[in-house]
Amino acid sequence: MEDNQIPSYRVNHLRQLESEAIYILRETAAQFEKPALLFSGGKDSIVMAHLARKAFFPAKLPFPLLHVDTGHNFEETIQYRDNYAEELRADLVVGLVQDSIDKGTAIEEKGANASRNALQTVTLLECLEEQQYDAALGGGRRDEEKARAKERFFSHRDDFGQWDPKNQRPELWNIFNGRKHHGEHFRIFPLSNWTEMDVWQYIKAEEIPLPNLYFAHTREVVHRNGAMLATSEIVQPQPGEKVETLQVRFRTIGDMTCTGAVLSDADDLDKIIQEVASARETERGTRADDKRSETAMEDRKKEGYF
Amino acid sequence: MMEEETFSTEGYLDMDLLRFTTAGSVDDGKSTLIGRLLYDSKNTFDDQIEAVEKTSKSRGDENVNLALLTDGLRAEREQGITIDVAYRYFATPKRKFIIADTPGHIQYTRNMVTGASTANLAIILVDARHGVIEQTMRHAFIANLLRIRHVILAVNKMDLVDYEESAFNKIVDQFKTFASRLDNIVDLTPIPISALKGDNVVDQSKNMPWYAGPTMLYHLEHVYIGTDQNHVEARFPVQWVIRPHSDEYHDFRGYAGRVAGGVFRPGDEVVIEPSGFKSKIKSIEDFSGPQAETFAPLSSTITLENNVDVSRGDMIVKVNNPPQKSQEIEAMICWFSEEKNLIPKGKYYLRHTTKEVKAVVQEVRYKININNLHKIEDDSDFGLNEIGRVSIRTSAPLLFDSYRRNRTTGSFVLIDLQTNETVAAGMII
Ligand SMILES: Nc1nc2c(ncn2[C@@H]2O[C@H](COP(=O)(O)OP(=O)(O)O)[C@@H](O)[C@H]2O)c(=O)[nH]1
Ligand SMILES: [Mg+2]
Repeated sequence: MEDNQIPSYRVNHLRQLESEAIYILRETAAQFEKPALLFSGGKDSIVMAHLARKAFFPAKLPFPLLHVDTGHNFEETIQYRDNYAEELRADLVVGLVQDSIDKGTAIEEKGANASRNALQTVTLLECLEEQQYDAALGGGRRDEEKARAKERFFSHRDDFGQWDPKNQRPELWNIFNGRKHHGEHFRIFPLSNWTEMDVWQYIKAEEIPLPNLYFAHTREVVHRNGAMLATSEIVQPQPGEKVETLQVRFRTIGDMTCTGAVLSDADDLDKIIQEVASARETERGTRADDKRSETAMEDRKKEGYF
Repeated sequence: MMEEETFSTEGYLDMDLLRFTTAGSVDDGKSTLIGRLLYDSKNTFDDQIEAVEKTSKSRGDENVNLALLTDGLRAEREQGITIDVAYRYFATPKRKFIIADTPGHIQYTRNMVTGASTANLAIILVDARHGVIEQTMRHAFIANLLRIRHVILAVNKMDLVDYEESAFNKIVDQFKTFASRLDNIVDLTPIPISALKGDNVVDQSKNMPWYAGPTMLYHLEHVYIGTDQNHVEARFPVQWVIRPHSDEYHDFRGYAGRVAGGVFRPGDEVVIEPSGFKSKIKSIEDFSGPQAETFAPLSSTITLENNVDVSRGDMIVKVNNPPQKSQEIEAMICWFSEEKNLIPKGKYYLRHTTKEVKAVVQEVRYKININNLHKIEDDSDFGLNEIGRVSIRTSAPLLFDSYRRNRTTGSFVLIDLQTNETVAAGMII
């Protein structure tokens, strides 16, 4: 019965991951009234948007792209975001951290290390509430960080947007329980089972265009707290800090204030994949926000971070 | 010793995927084993190792505690335990692996069942000093119940029994006597290891020259799982209907879903269940163009020749091997809720493929004492971590197969009507 099956129907790892992610995206559209796809212009959210395009083809995405803009983004990111949204014919909703600061719901950090990273949570929760989104699709992956390894595909949030890691719904097979009470919402992570390497391989296999920041280029950087930050109006070298012009690229793209560059001459996807394969540090190793403490990510996630 | 692998991008775009789970009692070494697999196969990063070294030192651990690589939550690191199922990823040039690391104490059964539900293979750990204990049998029982066909019996802590062959053989015999009754396990591979010292995990042990079998990683890389999917009985649960409403695709109506079994091709005669309408597949659509076929577990979009009414929760199947259709099912369930026990004649939501119905648990046929596998027939009080057989009546017909034939169309969960919590996992008999 089971053993007369035809073994030639082999599905490689990328197609399995793709199929799973598309399944999750469709479940999200089917189970929720008003989902949104969190789009940061980083490679994970780009891959997620690409998968969403495939999932609903030839129709448009049945949900908007939502960007929480700290105002500290690289210009390239914003440009890419606008172009990509247009290419997908998707609605783009932008929540501004500056608005939360102006309203007084978010308070800006002080000093040269000031980051708006933590403030994103405030703006995100405000956006979800104002627009009444009941599900937010995120590009988080379990391999990124220890606390994320415990995250569900369908991650339940209480009416304060908080995550309770010790009280999560069990997820079995491919059955996802998106039932919720009024005011609660879900974070949904279609890329849960992807690794950084899978994402790069998929980008190559699917020929997905990326912002130039990911590829090696020459740029002025300042050395700060063991990271190399791109200099800009927002990241201004302080007296005594070392500034250099180097051949670099970014492994992740977040705020200019906390996204470190790595020395690299990887200027195409093959070279990047080679580099990722031989990397000795996790990609989050370049993120100052995770270095703040051993459980920094868990703490931020409990508060409602992505 | 592992040679530095020469790296080719092309090979990496086309790897197999193996999902496995680990089972063992508290302190048998599950987290250490996974840490070892990641570390010795060069799948850890310097910043992770640094962080682990730092924490080990501050906790006063003697060796660098590789378990800290997987124990991620604050409470876990503080108490040195694993609380929740943690998923880990690593790859070799041959395969990508997804590991479900399941904790060994509170809510154990629930976590192992969860981890096992998507696994192709289970590693069952036994402490070489203690041999097969009650819990080992429980783990083997759950692996079998969830239809995991490949099991590695990892006899761990061999360093603490002087790497003695007789200790290993005795445990293997004990396990085989018991496991012979578990007929879903078609492939059993016993391996003597020391997760702490690294023997036979990635590198062949020099301390056990009597062992001629594969190392754990070698086996994980080579075990054949090609026949685990059902490619015979065609099942397509409809997830979502695609209607573009655009000029270009004015009349387009695509049925989106993930193939749960079998193969579908344009021209195939199909039946839409539960309505029973017949139609023919017009095309299989994909972003990259029309496809010649689709099969489990691919996500696809199917269009039909005629305009029949199809919506989420329906199933597209082939004419000659239909699924069962009934409002009465018999199932093995595992109870998951800490707060509430099963309510006799109680109502629940039942989720099965893309369909949700209401359900009443009619009768508890028996429970299983998972420590000795005896049936308990006179106790219908079903609480956390308990496993047993029930009969269920649903508010609308389900289209299903037995779990043994198809893990997707044979599985369901029960959801509490008030709290919305997932309270049980079920496998249709
Ligand atoms: N001597 C020895 N100790 C081990 C071995 N594997 C694990 N341990 C130790 O057993 C304890 C429990 O290990 P851990 O991985 O946390 O067990 P878990 O509860 O199954 O995850 C730790 O102190 C480990 O260092 C082994 O092969 N030999
Ligand atoms: Mg553990």
